[in-house]
Amino acid sequence: MVTTQTPLEATARPRPTDAASLQVWRLAATVTDPEIPVLTIEDLGVLRSASVVDGHVTVTLTPTYSGCPAMDAMRDDVEAVLGTEGYASVTVRLVLSPAWTTDWMSETGKAKLREYGIAAPNGHATVRPSGPVGPLTLRLSVKCPRCSSLNTRELAHFGSTSCKSLYECRDCLEPFDYFKVL
Amino acid sequence: MSATDQTFSAGEADAHGHASVDVTTLDAELIERADVATSDVAEYATWLGDDSLVLGQRLGELVSRAPELEEDVALGNIALDLIGHARSLLHYAGSATGQSEDDLAYWRGEPEFRSLHLMEQPNGDFAHIIARQFVTAHYLFELYSRLRASADETLAAIASKAVKEVDYHRDHSVQWVLRLSLGTDESRRRMLAALSDVWPYVDELFRDEPIIDRLEGVAVRPSTLRAAFDAAIAPVLVEAELEVPQGFTASGGGRRGVHSEHLAFLLAELQVLTRAHPGATW
Repeated sequence: MVTTQTPLEATARPRPTDAASLQVWRLAATVTDPEIPVLTIEDLGVLRSASVVDGHVTVTLTPTYSGCPAMDAMRDDVEAVLGTEGYASVTVRLVLSPAWTTDWMSETGKAKLREYGIAAPNGHATVRPSGPVGPLTLRLSVKCPRCSSLNTRELAHFGSTSCKSLYECRDCLEPFDYFKVL
Repeated sequence: MSATDQTFSAGEADAHGHASVDVTTLDAELIERADVATSDVAEYATWLGDDSLVLGQRLGELVSRAPELEEDVALGNIALDLIGHARSLLHYAGSATGQSEDDLAYWRGEPEFRSLHLMEQPNGDFAHIIARQFVTAHYLFELYSRLRASADETLAAIASKAVKEVDYHRDHSVQWVLRLSLGTDESRRRMLAALSDVWPYVDELFRDEPIIDRLEGVAVRPSTLRAAFDAAIAPVLVEAELEVPQGFTASGGGRRGVHSEHLAFLLAELQVLTRAHPGATW
């Protein structure tokens, strides 16, 4: 399903306008993140472009984190999906720039994350200026995906995958993953 | 795979496992953009790639051995980020000579590595790991912040990705420096010892080499990072009631392939599998 894009998403990764390319986009957009199977690569903002030129398909993906091992699986899955649908000539490219940000995650994606039990990225990514940084970084409260309480705390900044940190809810006492802002 | 175009056949011959697929995917991108590093740019990319690879390997040694589970996960994640940066940088460096990132990581000997001595220092106790992270994360943050503006598009793209990740590493190290130095008598004693052991290697991070003169606008001149680095760590040291250690400066020489006794052992572990079973995949 192709969901509505926010203006930011639309600028960062314009959906193709011609029918052939849009069809490729729709197929590629069915591939999910192997670590978070409720999210498609479109929800994540990893799918950046799709085009068909003279029968040759090019799909562009962008890695979430530099070392993310799930990228290999997502790239293979895009090739497999398009291969199954009869596309004979497919190139999947990885681009680093502009760097991926959680701001590109779709609203649908954020809702799916919450339903899955992972708190969605909270607030917008900012690139901090270089130079001195205070020892304390202010963050918005993260809402517990189980009971919606804002009374939560970070247990560990790094979690089960590169993109998540580990939180605990002080009301329902459940630990949960938070998809951290990048 | 059979239905898709085997554009990346070079990588099939490479066959170093999963890594080879990415290598070849990036290859296509670089070929498309005619983006091949000149020898000077390749040397500079090797500097940075080797720093990340060696530090990433050191941190990787701690997986399943960190003092607590959360730290095990944190250090493993940081190592993974660094290995990701190393892959991009060494891939680009290799484009100058037709070598893959794996060729550079697994088939070069110790004198061919260009990493700084700080990166290869053994882990030691947790305070030593944190002291090294505190220095390297702040150094890398200042470096990548500026490299984003490089005239070399590939280096700029890698830096703009890496800087966001290194920012998290910086936060991680700061929180631990504070906790250890303001914690118990024992944690403070260890933090002080670690900072003073790490400090002799800090000077080398900011040394210029002749090649930098030929890379104006492309590379970040190391000496220009010193002031920003000092300014960034100063408030943390004040808060942690620590002082910049005074003492001797290590000789360095990593950028010219001169290393301490530690790198060869690290490389032996890193490279043994590939060298024992060339072309092995899993």
